[in-house]
Amino acid sequence: MIKYIHLLIFLFTLQSANAAEVNIYSARKEALIKPLLDQFSKETGIAVNIVTGKADTLLKRLEAENRNTPADILLTVDVARLVRAKEKALFQQIDSKLLNQVIPKNYRDDDKQWFGLSLRSRVIIYAPDRVDKNDLSSYMDLANEKWINRICVRSSSNVYNQSLVAAMIANYGLLKVERWGRGLVSNFARPPKGGDRDQIKAIAAGVCDVGLVNNYYLAGMLESSQKSDVVAAKKIRLFWPDQSTHGVHMNVSGAGILKSAKNKKEAIQLLEFLVGDFAQQWYADTNYEYSINSKLENSSVLKSWGKFKADELNLDLLGQHNIDALMLMDRVGWK
Amino acid sequence: MTRWNSLLVFISLLFSIPLAIVFGSLFFPEYEVWEHLRATVLIDYIGNSFALLIGVGFFSLLIGVIPAWLVTMYRFPLSRQLEWALLLPMSVPAYIIAYTYTGALDVAGPLQVTLREITGWQYRDYWFPEVRSLGGAIAMLSLVLYPYIYLLARAAFIEQSVCVLEVSRTLGCNAFGGFRRVALPLARPAIMVGLSLVVMETLADYGTVQYFGVSTFTTGIFRTWFGLGNSLAAAQMSALLLVFVAVFLYLEKRSRKQARYHHTSSRYSSLMQQRLTKGHGVIALIICAAPLSFGFIVPVSLLINWAIDTYLDVLGKDFYLLFFNSLFLAFITSMLAVGIALFMAYSNRNNQSLLNKIMVRLVSMGYAIPGTVIAVGVLIPFAWFDNSLDNFLIENFNISSGLLISGTVFILVFAYLVRFLAVSINTIEAALVKIKPVMDEVAKTTGMHTINILRSIHMPMMRGSLLTASLLVFVDVLKELPATLILRPFNFNTLAVRTYELANEELLAEAAVPALAIVIVGIIPVIIISNSISRSRPGHG
Amino acid sequence: MDKAIEIKNISLTIEGRSILEDVSFDVREAEIACLLGPSGCGKTTLLRSIAGLEIQDEGEVWVKGVLFSDLTHHLPVEQRHIGMVFQDYALFPHMNVRDNIVFGLKNYNTKMSIQRLDELVTLFSLEKHINKYPHSLSGGQQQRVALARAMAPRPGVLLLDEPFASLDIELREQIARELRLILKLDGITTIMVSHNQLEAFAMADIIGVMNDGHLLQWDNAFDLYHKPKTEVVAGFIGEGVFISGEVINNKEVKTEIGVIQSAATHQTVIGKKVRVLIRPDDILHDDNSDMAARVVDKAFRGAEFLYTLQLESGLRILSLVPSHHDHPINEPIGIRLEIDHLVIFDEK
Repeated sequence: MIKYIHLLIFLFTLQSANAAEVNIYSARKEALIKPLLDQFSKETGIAVNIVTGKADTLLKRLEAENRNTPADILLTVDVARLVRAKEKALFQQIDSKLLNQVIPKNYRDDDKQWFGLSLRSRVIIYAPDRVDKNDLSSYMDLANEKWINRICVRSSSNVYNQSLVAAMIANYGLLKVERWGRGLVSNFARPPKGGDRDQIKAIAAGVCDVGLVNNYYLAGMLESSQKSDVVAAKKIRLFWPDQSTHGVHMNVSGAGILKSAKNKKEAIQLLEFLVGDFAQQWYADTNYEYSINSKLENSSVLKSWGKFKADELNLDLLGQHNIDALMLMDRVGWK
Repeated sequence: MTRWNSLLVFISLLFSIPLAIVFGSLFFPEYEVWEHLRATVLIDYIGNSFALLIGVGFFSLLIGVIPAWLVTMYRFPLSRQLEWALLLPMSVPAYIIAYTYTGALDVAGPLQVTLREITGWQYRDYWFPEVRSLGGAIAMLSLVLYPYIYLLARAAFIEQSVCVLEVSRTLGCNAFGGFRRVALPLARPAIMVGLSLVVMETLADYGTVQYFGVSTFTTGIFRTWFGLGNSLAAAQMSALLLVFVAVFLYLEKRSRKQARYHHTSSRYSSLMQQRLTKGHGVIALIICAAPLSFGFIVPVSLLINWAIDTYLDVLGKDFYLLFFNSLFLAFITSMLAVGIALFMAYSNRNNQSLLNKIMVRLVSMGYAIPGTVIAVGVLIPFAWFDNSLDNFLIENFNISSGLLISGTVFILVFAYLVRFLAVSINTIEAALVKIKPVMDEVAKTTGMHTINILRSIHMPMMRGSLLTASLLVFVDVLKELPATLILRPFNFNTLAVRTYELANEELLAEAAVPALAIVIVGIIPVIIISNSISRSRPGHG
Repeated sequence: MDKAIEIKNISLTIEGRSILEDVSFDVREAEIACLLGPSGCGKTTLLRSIAGLEIQDEGEVWVKGVLFSDLTHHLPVEQRHIGMVFQDYALFPHMNVRDNIVFGLKNYNTKMSIQRLDELVTLFSLEKHINKYPHSLSGGQQQRVALARAMAPRPGVLLLDEPFASLDIELREQIARELRLILKLDGITTIMVSHNQLEAFAMADIIGVMNDGHLLQWDNAFDLYHKPKTEVVAGFIGEGVFISGEVINNKEVKTEIGVIQSAATHQTVIGKKVRVLIRPDDILHDDNSDMAARVVDKAFRGAEFLYTLQLESGLRILSLVPSHHDHPINEPIGIRLEIDHLVIFDEK
């Protein structure tokens, strides 16, 4: 009897019997990470298996699969979901000298459970022909009446907006942000729709004058192979908000190693590879994100936007205020 | 017979597990979240969902039923080709048509950009329909969902006894009057089956409305589940959605009262298609060509146009694997769906107990549930089973089985079945009803066993319907996205997943290639279905 | 009386096959006509082209002085104001009896339509079934509903396609007589189609016998039976056999069962070979007769036996004999000829 069960299990688990491998649940789209993973496999001989999906559903899958999950690493594109995974006790503590050394303290978890892998900022963009740069100042200012019918921003279902609002709640408190939210929503030029690129295109087309996007989208369009993207992006300027106060809202894409990881050693190896020079340079060159390693050069587009003051808020707070932010956005009617 | 019955109950319960999880949530009220929803977004969700349902229902009826009538009853230029071509939009996933039209017609799309360049207008100087809006969502969903109604309406019109139409004409009805007062009411059960499929698809749609920024009940479920992190409240919302569908189906059935729709006439004089005059023919052609053009020709041309630029980058060994995966899943699922539906419908026929009826209805509810909800509803119990088995084996034999089923193709196929069994069951039940019980009795008197009767009498008589059922499921699986995304094993991609990932990154041109592949694979079964329907009436086609 | 329906030289070809050839007849006001013929003879097609459901290649249809159709002009079905009952009634399954009957009354106001409904319900004794759906009605009830529905808008003419074919055989004649009364009461001009001569006799004032697309004879039942104009009509109407004979003079024909005399005059060349129609009622059983024939078959018909008898020459004839004369098969019985209407056709 036992022999048969052994055989059965052997048959079922055939594929995981491979020697060196690491398994990833990734919220980052396959095309935007696969080349790096291939490089990693080439260098180390460790096979990388990946399932992509929305961060929330991947979390759900991890919870259901529990300690038997085949995944070793959860990769997300926003810190809020990393914090949520941590709250659900899915991650384990990792002591890696290299990770701690390379990643600045505010871009990794105090309990060493998750690590930022690349940096992005959420910035104000505007149409220079219709907006005087001197009229722009801060995120808070976007609730001002002078922007009525002039603002484009994507849906509040998007985690980047949730994290921005969460950061503002951390900085200004719920009441003040809620008042701001009402003002902002009443300034919308159209109901929120589409992604960040859509907001850029909408401003270029004259639907609105001001928008909120992650900076790498603008960079990506400027460098795009599609002419229409470049034409649109060139009509847009970037503005660093909050330079005299908290600084620009920052977010990370990041990862943590799961509690039940069966390939912990390989997983750490992969995370270390991802903060290494090769990977960071790739992020910067291909995805136009800021390198987590401040010593590395950023891409030329990013450099052209100059230096800026970044908000040094502990990213953990973004996760903690995530649900508050969402409910606030519901209340102020941010669709 | 009792063994059949217990098997029926077992299968039904198995496929109802995700539903049970959804409904089970109702026992744990989440007052706080509901209060928040009620105070903020619920009205919006309900309002938009209603508007969407009514809009999509109305337009898909309009562009489904009228062309079905025209191509069945009349001959006009291209009418023979339109018969099958009108089904083609079925192979285009809703989210893909949404992406294409947005890409072309949006404020920043080529059309409006050119318009502004030529005229020198600014954005606010002219009016242009907004694609990404509630109205846009209604248009997109109607354009790809109307074929369900067209398909069933046409089959009903073809089967209709010509005599009743002739009677209506002798009683003073003109062609339109006969259509309105006789043909349409008689085809109503079939049209309603089509409409209920459309309604359920509309309610389950997430991709289109989310992309268009329309908050519906379904996007609300996702927001509550994943944003607010409250799976109970989300499941409760899904349950309400289901209750709504159930009430809708019940009211429809009740409104028919005791009127029956099988034909009192057993005579089928062959359908004589009337040739239209040139003027009328052109009008009919325009009416029929419109849904086909906007639902298929235009979006597919756009996709081809984009794909020409990018296909070299996207095609590759990897791509053929996607192709194979999609085909494999669609094939396996459609075969199983037909097998299971046949079994269930047949058990129900032989033993029409209330229990059996409820079981069959229960299993066909899955169609109305958003794919993500089903996926999670499948994920939880199977992972629980895997983990429990693992615990048991470790304790007793010191072996770990790990996750036996979760994360395999099996669980994926299971989820597809939960979602799409409704399609095959509905189709096969409808076919089985038409076979008179007298056939069974005749066969039994010759000493045939039940299974043999099924094989040698029912199956051949239902061949067309079996084919239709399997191909509908095939196309649906091919297009399915959310459940695939959540449940698939490592390194396992499908065409739909690839399309979504690229389109979601706003790489529409790159997404065009896998999207086209879905459409191309989907076209083949669509044409087969259409042919089998044309042949379903003796002396026609 | 006026001609209500005039059919002039109608021909119709479907897919190269000639269905109707040069058919002409008239039906007078309030007359009930029947097109009688075997299946496939074109009678239903003729009915449908009067209704406008088929369009003839040649000829004209006139109803009550209105041209329904000719070569260039075809009045659409819905404008012909005719009532038609289909072979299987084709009741609307999604409507109850009431709605079926008032279907054609869309130009009536509510009061008028209720009034008309009441009239018809009474006329056809449908009071108890008014709210029922067709599937719960018997064949006879369905037929009455179909008739009521067709007559409701007071059509100019009523067309009935095999109205009794779906009924039990025992009921047919009785229902046919009842229907005739109703139609006569209403005074509606009617054309029905049937393949059953007994129905036709029971219903119709005038009967047209059709075969192979041709209208062979247009006459009343008595004349069709006793004065058939062609052998086909003679063979189709009633029973009988043809025997050979030779004309002796203008009142007598010599046959192998003797010289047949007839009061009716006929012009035939003396010495000419002819065929004589012998009906079963022309041969009487007479024990005193010299002529005998052997019983080869017999069919019991209640009051009578229909005997098939074989003469010595091998010729077989039919005879109707009161049923108290029960003779076993093979028994020779005496027979006698008594012919009122001599029916003679030229030998081919």
